[in-house]
Amino acid sequence: MKLDVLYFAWLRERIGHPKDRIETDAETVADLVEELRGREERYAVAFADISALRVALDQDLSDFDARLDGVREVAFFPPMTGG
Amino acid sequence: MPDIRVQEAVFAPGKELDAFTDVQSGAGAVVSFTGVVRDDGGNLDEMMIEHYPGMTEKALAKIAEEAETRWSLAGALVIHRYGLMRPGDQIMMVATAARHRVHAFEAAEFLMDYLKSRAPFWKQERRGGDTTWVAAKDEDEDALTRW
Repeated sequence: MKLDVLYFAWLRERIGHPKDRIETDAETVADLVEELRGREERYAVAFADISALRVALDQDLSDFDARLDGVREVAFFPPMTGG
Repeated sequence: MPDIRVQEAVFAPGKELDAFTDVQSGAGAVVSFTGVVRDDGGNLDEMMIEHYPGMTEKALAKIAEEAETRWSLAGALVIHRYGLMRPGDQIMMVATAARHRVHAFEAAEFLMDYLKSRAPFWKQERRGGDTTWVAAKDEDEDALTRW
């Protein structure tokens, strides 16, 4: 499946760009993270500690165990600081 | 339906509050909160707020709709800016209207607590050429447990 993967805030800075469009067979968010870590060193560094990250699937907050069936957009970012 | 606005432009909280208050029918109480860029160290040049277009509007609408239902609000308003701001500039405001003040106050606090850690905004502080992403606080996450 094809996925749009988005990055925000310091995660975007560490990876160096805001978005990747990738072809993947990852079944869960955790699988996708593992795949991204294997891409390049900067991804491995950015995704070293997922407890410092949050994930949204098709713009709804989710978690790293969630399945990716039917998902088109995955976003990773640090804890939010609105208000 | 709550009035949700995500914008780069400056807004006038007083004018927005007047306009919001004018259209509430049956409300005996209107509460508002305005968040302003704070400069604790006296050396903040700018604050930059990044957001996730699309998800931001969706998350704010969900939070505000929950507040409207839970406290039977007559209306709710959320305005949140993104982009560059300077100390003293307003960042965001919420307003709630209800029959009684307890509901208006509680709903406004609920909105603030939730949009601090459930709406996809990230603050970055800029001081003399250095940039720092503001870290989320544990107490902001803890604040959600009371609701």
